[in-house]
Amino acid sequence: MKRLASTGFGTACVLFLQGCSGWQSALDPKGPAASELAWLIWFFTALCAVIWVLVMIALAAPLLMRPRTRSEPLALDAGADHRKLRVIVIAVGLTAAIVVGLTLLSFFANRTLAAIGSDAALTIRVTGHQWWWEVRYEDATPSRILTTANEIHIPAGEPVRLLLTSTDVIHSFWIPSLAGKLDLIPGHINVLDIRADKPGVYRGQCAEFCGAQHANMGTFIIAEPRAKFDAWWNDQLQPAGPPTNGEAKNGADLFLKRPCVMCHRIGGTPAGGTVAPDLTHVASRQTIAAGTLMMSRGNLAAWIADPQGVKPGSHMPVVELNGDELNAIVAYLEGLK
Amino acid sequence: MSSADLTSERDLPQRETATEGDVAPEHDGPRDTGMDDASLHRWLARAWRTPPGIIGALSSVDHKVIARRYLITAFIFLCLGGLNAVAMRIQLSGPQRGLIGPDLYNQLFTMHGVTMMFLFAVPIVQATGIYLVPLMVGTRNIAFPRLNAFGYWVYLSGGVFAWVSFLLNMAPDVGWFAYVPLSGPEFSPGKRADVWAQMITYTEVSSLAVAVATIVTVFKQRAPGMSLDKIPLYVWALLVTSFVVVFAMPAVMITSTFLILDRLVGTHIFNPAEGGDALLFQHLFWFFGHPEVYIIFLPATGMVSSIIPAFARRPAFGHLGLVLSLIAVGFLSFGLWVHHMFATGLPKLGASFFTASSMLIAIPNGLQIFCWLATLWDGRPVIRTPLLFVFGFFFIFVIGGLTGVMLASVPLDLQVHDTYFVVAHFHYVLIGGSVFPLLGAAYFWFPKITGRMMSERLGRWHFWLAFIGFNVAFFPMHLVGLWGMPRRVYTYPAELGWGNINLLISAGAVLFFLSFVLFTFNLLHGVLKGVPAGDNPWDAGTLEWATSSPPPSYNFTRIPIVTNVEPLWAERDALPVATGLRVDVRELLISTVAEAHPDIREKSATPSIWPLLAAIAVGGTFLYSIFTPWAVVWGAVPIAVTLVGWFWPKGDPEDEE
Repeated sequence: MKRLASTGFGTACVLFLQGCSGWQSALDPKGPAASELAWLIWFFTALCAVIWVLVMIALAAPLLMRPRTRSEPLALDAGADHRKLRVIVIAVGLTAAIVVGLTLLSFFANRTLAAIGSDAALTIRVTGHQWWWEVRYEDATPSRILTTANEIHIPAGEPVRLLLTSTDVIHSFWIPSLAGKLDLIPGHINVLDIRADKPGVYRGQCAEFCGAQHANMGTFIIAEPRAKFDAWWNDQLQPAGPPTNGEAKNGADLFLKRPCVMCHRIGGTPAGGTVAPDLTHVASRQTIAAGTLMMSRGNLAAWIADPQGVKPGSHMPVVELNGDELNAIVAYLEGLK
Repeated sequence: MSSADLTSERDLPQRETATEGDVAPEHDGPRDTGMDDASLHRWLARAWRTPPGIIGALSSVDHKVIARRYLITAFIFLCLGGLNAVAMRIQLSGPQRGLIGPDLYNQLFTMHGVTMMFLFAVPIVQATGIYLVPLMVGTRNIAFPRLNAFGYWVYLSGGVFAWVSFLLNMAPDVGWFAYVPLSGPEFSPGKRADVWAQMITYTEVSSLAVAVATIVTVFKQRAPGMSLDKIPLYVWALLVTSFVVVFAMPAVMITSTFLILDRLVGTHIFNPAEGGDALLFQHLFWFFGHPEVYIIFLPATGMVSSIIPAFARRPAFGHLGLVLSLIAVGFLSFGLWVHHMFATGLPKLGASFFTASSMLIAIPNGLQIFCWLATLWDGRPVIRTPLLFVFGFFFIFVIGGLTGVMLASVPLDLQVHDTYFVVAHFHYVLIGGSVFPLLGAAYFWFPKITGRMMSERLGRWHFWLAFIGFNVAFFPMHLVGLWGMPRRVYTYPAELGWGNINLLISAGAVLFFLSFVLFTFNLLHGVLKGVPAGDNPWDAGTLEWATSSPPPSYNFTRIPIVTNVEPLWAERDALPVATGLRVDVRELLISTVAEAHPDIREKSATPSIWPLLAAIAVGGTFLYSIFTPWAVVWGAVPIAVTLVGWFWPKGDPEDEE
């Protein structure tokens, strides 16, 4: 059993090193909340491992003893039993002390986490939809309110307050390398404060089962230096640029004539649907369909031509388009930087 | 016990029969007092037999017959749930695999959870209790035997209903927890979520029936002398479990009924847009859901407490401590449901309270572990297959318990909640804490149930295959969860680097599944070719080993008198027995709750087809209610008819009084 355990441990180590580079890992913290939590995870794990090893030693001990000679099971050694009782009382006392200690530890860790975002200057409202994220940057000036989808740009090194809610089912917002998860519940607003120490792209995905495409409901936090973030915000506030060539212009017309316009909004055009992601600057995003495909001309075409093949069950319907029409719409969307 | 030593026979102080013979001779028939074994056997076998033929078999109220049906049915559901798991693991063995789409995958993991929790785990621990509790307390049948039979039929119809709907591609696909609003009318059109709701109601009816029968059996039917301090630990475990069932199951029945009201009648109990609340569902569900874990785990601790003394050759160390921890765990299990909801954004202080209560339950559970270890410390135990599985239980369950302590911490839980870390945790707890003891129990009590031994050699192969397969399948899940892999995803992108570890997990899952194939083979081999076992192959100390293997329909020729918590070790030559029971009708000895003083003689129900008919009426009503709420009204008529038939007075003098 011991040999087996050590082989298991060896395998675990190899696997561990292999997976540590992940950009969606609780063990690879990139912000104060995740760092605090990673420390907590390692501390608990180490303590639990020690306890487990002690129990296993206690379990293995009788295997090394001589077979018992007593033939009468009821003839007990009162002295030995009394000694055992003393050991058990000590063990239960230690268990209680450890449990109290760990309870206090998690209580104080919770307080540390709660203090992280107390002075957040930026508030972002994240609304869960089946199966994408609506992201709205709040601002006192109404003209500066910005709505986008799936990718959340934040200034690096600053605390950001996320207001989490949902309009359909329960989702859960989770960027493991930045913070623990918190649910998006219809009728409730939850507050999650996050901070990314350094610029970078941090992946996360929905953590509460939300239906057919729960698996493909990814999101990204893109942390940038403050200046770059401000520039991004200003760019995103601009309406969509006019189509630059004939094909794209054709695509813009088709977009408005076909069912696309019923669900999607493109700023600066009559398209004003709000039940699906805002496409005003869709081509500036890195992925399509909530992290399902990388942004590229081919993937855009694949997604529009066969959304039910790419993301079965998603609410994006199949729109009948011939090859030229598809190319035109893709050309138009590709230009929406 | 078999050759009753008449010198140790003691007459019952009989309140009811103090004047018998003078007043109401027509109430009386032959008694077992002074009767020789052969004629006693003839009388009892006639009185307690299950009638022949198909109708007879369907009418059976023998707790052993019902329990065998339960065990076989639950084992079949285990295999089906295991096949679900293997299918899921094949889909997840690599990134972006297209074998199973989301629609089927979501049905698979829902059916896996529902089957394992409601159709396998709870029924099988209760079924083991139905078989063993009456034998261990020394009585001739379970209390309310017809209710017990009814429970089985309702369970069977609920399980068949769920699996038929799976075959018809209308199985629930909203998870075994079926959170609203996802399972509500707006986001789950069709009948899938209704199947979930009604299947829950079915199986909980059956579970409640068994719990009530178990409680009454333990409280009122114990052999004379089996005072509270002499009740075997297994029976204590089943008693506590039954109380937990009685208080927990109604919560989930209310949840599923509220859900079906929302879906079918148009109430808005869970609809936030109309003043309902989605979180209410979670509170109700987990108020049941957490005790559910202990409903599955506590009977397994009883099995461990039976197996360890038999092979350590001494009574369990700290009997009183073990009983008190069982009761403490039963109570505390109702105070920690919120740790399933830490990520919902509850007030921080309230959540911290549930951290404390969740950690607290580690203390009684720890005490149990220490007592078992102390029982083993008297010298090298006899290593046989049942004990091997108990060692596997320690190895695995302690890991599960410790990761449970991690999950109890609110901040830590926010990282691992709803990830594969949690999947690993609860499989370590449920498979380690319940399935391994159950497998040990299967090897341990198989000789009692069938009269034959299972193969020890195959048993060892089985153990190592299961042990290695399990750990290879589930240990890496801790890691992949920490690396960010959420639960209930039908696929994952290659870039996240989870591919290799998932392949390893899938390989382990297949190994683990194969161990059950080997187990099935060993079971069949044991039934057909096993070595005859004799009454007490392990030289164990509790009463079920006092009767023949398999036990006769009436369990005991004479009702034993208990003088020790391990009666067969205390009375090596022959158990003292009580006499005075009638042998021409089904009669039980009813004893007092605390001291188990013989109190009265009571009739036990005879075989009847009505429980089956009532279950059909109830099952039909549930099925129909998926389509219209009027089913409750129309279904009440056949249910009433069958219940009238069931309880129709038999003209028994006892009824007339």
